[in-house]
This record gives sequence, structure tokens and C-alpha cells, in this order.
Amino acid sequence: MQGEKEKDYFERPGNIKKLWIALYVVCALTIVFELFIDRTPHFGIDRIFGFYALLGFVSCAILIIIAKVIGFILKKNEDYYD
Amino acid sequence: MINIHPGWLLIAGALLLPLIGGKARNWFVIFLPAAALYIISQLQPGMSLQYHFFGYELTFLRVDRLSKIFGYIFTLNAFAAFIYAFYVKDSTQHMAALFYIGSALGSVFAGDLVSLYFHWEVMAIASTFLILSRRTKKAMGAGLRYILMHIFGGLCLLAGIVLYISKTGSIDFNAMTERTAATYLILVGILVNAAAPPLSAWLSDAYPEATVTGGVILSAYTTKTAVYTLIRGFPGWEILIVVGCIMTIYGIIYALLENDMRRILAYSIINQVGFMVTGVGIGTVMSLNGAAAHAFAHIIYKALLWMSAGSVLYMTGKSKCTELGGLYKTMPWTMIFGTIGALAISSFPGTSGFTTKTLIIESSVHQHLFWVWMVLEIASAGVFLHAGIKFPYFVFFAKDRGLRPGETNRSMLVAMAFMAFLCIFLGLFPGPLYDILPFEMEHYHAYSFAHVTTQLQLLMLSALVFFLFLPLLKRTDTIAIDTDWIYRRGGAFFYSVVDRVLNGFNEVVERLVVKGLVRSIVNFSQLAPALVLSALIYPYWVISGFDKKERAQRKEELYRDINTGAMSVGLISISVLLYLGILFIF
Repeated sequence: MQGEKEKDYFERPGNIKKLWIALYVVCALTIVFELFIDRTPHFGIDRIFGFYALLGFVSCAILIIIAKVIGFILKKNEDYYD
Repeated sequence: MINIHPGWLLIAGALLLPLIGGKARNWFVIFLPAAALYIISQLQPGMSLQYHFFGYELTFLRVDRLSKIFGYIFTLNAFAAFIYAFYVKDSTQHMAALFYIGSALGSVFAGDLVSLYFHWEVMAIASTFLILSRRTKKAMGAGLRYILMHIFGGLCLLAGIVLYISKTGSIDFNAMTERTAATYLILVGILVNAAAPPLSAWLSDAYPEATVTGGVILSAYTTKTAVYTLIRGFPGWEILIVVGCIMTIYGIIYALLENDMRRILAYSIINQVGFMVTGVGIGTVMSLNGAAAHAFAHIIYKALLWMSAGSVLYMTGKSKCTELGGLYKTMPWTMIFGTIGALAISSFPGTSGFTTKTLIIESSVHQHLFWVWMVLEIASAGVFLHAGIKFPYFVFFAKDRGLRPGETNRSMLVAMAFMAFLCIFLGLFPGPLYDILPFEMEHYHAYSFAHVTTQLQLLMLSALVFFLFLPLLKRTDTIAIDTDWIYRRGGAFFYSVVDRVLNGFNEVVERLVVKGLVRSIVNFSQLAPALVLSALIYPYWVISGFDKKERAQRKEELYRDINTGAMSVGLISISVLLYLGILFIF
């Protein structure tokens, strides 16, 4: 097929790099936007600038690491129960 | 006022189903939930369909705002699911689905504990057939474990109900205030259906083994009937806050470990129901409304996610992330709809998850529950990680495995488009949903620039972590052990321990007693006469002057004679004399 030979958007070299840049830019923008909002902190800790960005980053990193570590014990071969 | 029970309408329809053949059947099952939806919209608040039963008055149709909102979403989802299932020719699946959805509606509209229990059990049995209909060996095993777990939950519920009735003398089902053994047993029975760990493994075990449409239908009713029952019976029970928070994190960790796409979605049900259970535990008007609203939105986007995963399974026959990837090339619409579902579950601004989950999280803030708020925010970030990105990324993008299945069939696409539309509609215009929430609440505005910004911060940074940590998330061809180990391997483990201990003991006893002691007694009693005789007669041989060789020969003959019982008279008389002599001496 003609379409098979041509490389897709996600396969063309350089595009992945562009997507990475776009992701960083969007992340940065969400933090920059915080300068323009009037946020009312509910608890002491969320008074920090960029609190939600920090929370998202740190908690997800921790969740992945926990899953990875637990995985060493809990992950079994597909036929474990057979 | 119409007095038709919407749930019984579906069950009656199920009984008629064998009479209808061909495509008419598929149209009929789409029509039924639509009719039930209309009936629910016409029901007036109040109690009806009451019958006397052994001195108690059963109420099969309790209509109020709480039962109605669940009635709406149950029928709406059934309508979409049957459009999706338009290709299905197997009437058992449709019958099981109608019984299942009908009895779920029956549980929601039940006005007392007895009729609740009755519908609850029918729901468990009917749903099992949606798993068994897959007709694979794995599905059979999973279906069996599924029904056993639900029988356990049903027995807890029944025991609680019986205790409750004998104590209070009433079968009314309203908010439980007393914390007694009876109410706790009822709570445990409900939490089995809510898939609260450690009673949750049936869900992730069985749902992924169900049929393509079975998975779509199962994802909505059992757990959400439990959420309804909790809102009705256990609002403000603090223990539910703890249970709910555990569920949110538990679901994420397991979904991150999973390889099967439908098992990822199964674990994310546990995560999402966790938010609702927490909302019930907080127990304020806002949090209870949040739980109901989130259940409403969740049923839609979760069904949508199961539909897109189902389409992939239907077209490729595969469901493991290690075997899927690159499907965006040939299944673009399935990818788009699935991604909308994934964004909605992650409460991306503009989708239904954003306008409903916010109610629960904000009510935790209003009650100054710092840790609850923290857990819910962390879990919100985690949802984007495991369901929002992981599911579409590994299935539709990631590594191209050379699968070129083509787009799925039209009825499936129509159903997905409908659900995707609802996800976005309720995200942009939550007003109609807020209007039917069960408890009076002042108008709520989900959207503010600040809230959208903070939510985007949370989600985009989660996305960044996902791609930065991608090497750690690489899929492996594995399963993760859950609490079902206890009854899947635990049973075998228990068996082998018992086997080794008891059979080992048997073996030792056999070796020592049967082969050792008994044998030696037998040998002794066989040889004793010969031994005694030869010992007694030996001196006589010596005296008679037999040499060593002759003595050995005589001895051998003696043994042979005794063993065959052929002894000469002389020998016997000698031995008798000798015995008598010995007796005389001593």
C-alpha cells in the first residue's frame, strides 16, 4: 500500500522532538497562568506558588516508583494461575 | 400516574426475547431501555407497588430524586450499550443483560430491605452469564470465582438484613444511624459489590474475561448500584472515607502494573468508585450530590472506554498492551472516542469528569479534611497517568505492532459517538445534570479561571511525568497478583501444605507401624515355634553327635516342616514332653 510506505506523523524524525517541546511549553504555560489568577488557598500548604504542578509531578513520580517496586513482588507470568 | 416498574419492564422484555428473531431482536432491546427511561421521567415521587408479605409491606417502587437519577443513567447507559451490541446475535447475552440491568433498576427503586435483597441476588446471577458467554476456559473460571464472591457478599447482606429486621422490627431501608453488627454486616455486603479492597479482586478478575459487550454493560451496574445503596443507607459513615481513599490509590497502583487493557480499565473502576465512596463518607449535601453526579458521569465515560477497548478486542482479538499499539492508523475514530473517554475520566476541563468530581473534592475542603483532600488530589493526578494517558498511549500509539484491523463496525461507532458527545456536553453544560441531583443545593459553578488553571497544572505535569518515566512503565507480559490469590493459589497452597503434612504423617506411620512393627510381629509369630523348637532340640543334636553340617541341614528341615505344618509325630511328642518338663521345673 502507498500509505504504508510513507512515514506517519508520529514516525517522522523530528516530530517526536516537537511534541516534547510542546509538552514542556504547555506545562510552563499552566504555571505562568498562575501569576494571573487570584487563588484562595484552602490549607497552609497550597499557598506555595505552583503547588498543583508540584503535586502532580511529585505524586505521579512517587506512584510510578511505588508501582515499580511492588511490581517486583506482585508481577507474575501470564500463566501463573494455570 | 404511571405505575409500571422500569426494571420489571426490562425483565419482562428479557422473557419475551426468545420469541423474537433476527434484527428485530436487536431493535427490541434498544427500544426497551428507551421506554424505561421515558417511564422513569414520568414517575411521580412516592411509594407504590406495595405488597404484603409475611406481615411486612414490601415496596417495589420508591420514587424520589435519588432513585430517579440512578434510574436515568442506568437506562440511558443501557440504551447506548444495546446500540453498541447491535451486531450481537447471541440471545443469551441480551437476556442476561436485560435481567441484569432490570434487577439493578429493581435494587435502586426498592423501598425496603427485602425487595432490595431480592433484586441484588438476581443481579449477581444474571451478570455471571455475561462473563460465561465468552465461552473460554478463563472466562468459565473467572465466572465461577465471580459468583462465589457475590454469594459471599449476598450472605453478609442477608445476615445483616435478618439481624436488622429482628432487632428493629422494620424492613424500611433508609439512612442507617445505629452502628451495630447488623448494619456493619449490611455494609460489608454492599462493599463487596462496590469492589472495596480486599473484597475487590472479583472485578479485575472477571470483567476483563467478559464478552466485548458484556464488559461494557458490567462496568456500569454492580458497583454503581452499591454506590446508590451507600448514599441511601450509609451517608456520613466516616469509615467510608478511609475505604474510599484506599480504593482511589489501590486502583491506580494496580492499573499501572497491568498489561491487559481491559484489566487497566477494571482497576480504574475501583479508583473511580473510591471517589464516590469517599463522597458518601463525607456525608454533606454537596459530597452526596457529588457522589451521585460522579456516578452519573462515570457510567458514561467508563462505558465509552470499555466500548473503545471492546472495539479493539473485537477487531484484533487482542487485549494486551504488549501486543497492541499503532492502531491510530487504522482505527482513528475508535482512538478519538477512546481518548475523549480517557480525558473525561481524568476530569480534564471541558469534560464531564471535571464538572462532577470537583463537587466531591471541594466538599472535602469545606469540611477541612486535609488528608482526604490530599489523597483525592493525588489520585486525580494518578488517574490521568493510568487511564488518561496509559490506556490510549499503549493501545493506539506506542509501538506499531503491524496490526491493520480497519475501523470497527458502524453500530459500535454510533454508540461511542453518542457517549463521547455526552461526556463533552456534560462537561460544558453541567446544568441539566446539576438540576436532577438528589439533594437541594445552591447553584454550583464548576468553572473558574483559577480552578481550570490549577487542574491543568496537575494534569499536564502528570503527563510530563508519564513520558519522562516511560522506560519505567514499559509493559511486560505479566499479570499482577491481587487478593484473589487467596482463593486461586491460596487454595492450592493450603491443599499442598495439608497434603504434605497429613500424607507425610501417613507415610511415616506406614513405614514404622504397618511395614515395621506389624511385619516384625508377623515374622516373629511365624518363626517363633521354629526358633523355640530348634533352640530346645539343639542340645539333643549335639548330644547325638551330629556334626555342624548335619545340624544345619536338620535345622533347615525343621523350619520347612513347621512352615508347612508337616511335622513328624515323634518331634511333636518330644516337644510336648520338653514343654511339660519346662513347666514342671519352673
